[in-house]
Amino acid sequence: MYALSGHFRCMFHPFCRKICRMSLHPESVRLAAKDSIPVLTGYVLLGMAYGIFMNTSGFPWYYPVIMAIVIYGGSLEFVAVSLLLSRFAPLQTFLLAFMIQARHLFYGLAMLEKYHGAGTRKFYLIYALTDETFAVAGSRVLPDNINKYDYYFTLSLLDHCYWVTGAALGGIFGSFLPFDTTGLDFMMTAMFVVIFLDTWMREKSHLSSLIGFGASFLCLVLFGADGFIIPSMCVILCFLLVFRKTIAEKGGFE
Amino acid sequence: MSPQTIPQQVITILLCTAATILTRFLPFLLFGRSDHVPPIITYLGKALPSAVFAMLVVYCLKNVSVTVSPFGIPELIGITATALMHLWKRNTLLSMFTGTLFYMLVIRFLF
Repeated sequence: MYALSGHFRCMFHPFCRKICRMSLHPESVRLAAKDSIPVLTGYVLLGMAYGIFMNTSGFPWYYPVIMAIVIYGGSLEFVAVSLLLSRFAPLQTFLLAFMIQARHLFYGLAMLEKYHGAGTRKFYLIYALTDETFAVAGSRVLPDNINKYDYYFTLSLLDHCYWVTGAALGGIFGSFLPFDTTGLDFMMTAMFVVIFLDTWMREKSHLSSLIGFGASFLCLVLFGADGFIIPSMCVILCFLLVFRKTIAEKGGFE
Repeated sequence: MSPQTIPQQVITILLCTAATILTRFLPFLLFGRSDHVPPIITYLGKALPSAVFAMLVVYCLKNVSVTVSPFGIPELIGITATALMHLWKRNTLLSMFTGTLFYMLVIRFLF
C-alpha cells in the first residue's frame, strides 16, 4: 500500500515530470513517421546492401549492427569495411573518415536554427543528422500544430532504426539471398537526384544549385574521384560568399 | 578476413565514429550556444543545401567513366527514368524504385 502510494506520488516528482514532458505529441509523431517512409525503403535496402557487403567480407552479423548504431553514416560505413580489411592505420582512418563525412558540417550549419532550443534531445538530433534525415528535416515546412522537436526527434530515431534494421537483415540473411542484387546501390543516386529535383523546383533562383554542380564537376575532373569532395566544398563556399549579395537577392534569402 | 586484431578493429570503428560525431557537432559547438547566429551563417544555411545536393549527385556518380564502356549510359538512363517519373508523379519512393529498376535492368541486359 505504501509502495503504491509512494509510486503514485512519484508521478508528481520533478524528475518524473521531466520524463512526462518528454512524452511525444501524437500528431507530430504521425507526421514524422509518414515523412520517414521514403527513408525507410532507402535505408532498409541500402542497410541490407551494407550488411550483405560485411557478411560477404567475412564479418559476423553483429559487426554491421554495431557499426550501423555507432557510426551511422552510410557511405563511410561502406568505406569502413575496406579499412577493416586493410592494415591498421589509425591516422589515415580518421582523416579519411573526416573527409568522407565533412559534408555534415554543412548540414549542421543549415540546421542550427531549426534545432535551436531542443534541450537535451538536441544531442541525439545532432548525433543522428544523416544525409537523408537532413534532406527531410531540412526541407520540411512544418504546420503550426506540429511540435517541431517531437517531429525531428521521431524522424531521427525512426531513420536510425531503419538503418540498423537493414544492416542487421543484410548481415544475418546476406548469404541466403535468392537473387542478384548488383546495382541495388543505385538507390542512393536515385534518392539524391529526387531530393535535388525537389529543391530545384522549389527555389526561386538556381544560382546555388548551379554553383554546386559546376564546382563539384570541376573538382572531380581536377582532383579525381577520391579527393574532390573537400576542394568542392571549398569552391562552393567561396562562390557562395563572393556572390552573396546576388544569390541572397535572387533567392529571396535575406 | 581482417588482418587487424580485435582491439585494432575496435579502434578503427571508434575513429570512424569520432570523425562522424565531430563533423556533426562542430557547427553546433561553434555557433550553437549563442542565441544569435551571425547573418552570414543564416545565409549559408539557406543557400548551401541546394549546392550540397548538387554536389552529392556528382558524388554518387564520381566513379562513372564516360570514356570506358558502358560510358555512363546505365547511370544516364537510371537518372532520366528517376527524374521523369518524379516530374510526372512527384512520389519520391516511386521515382527511386523506377530509376533503380531501370538501372538494374540496363546493366543486366544491355551491357
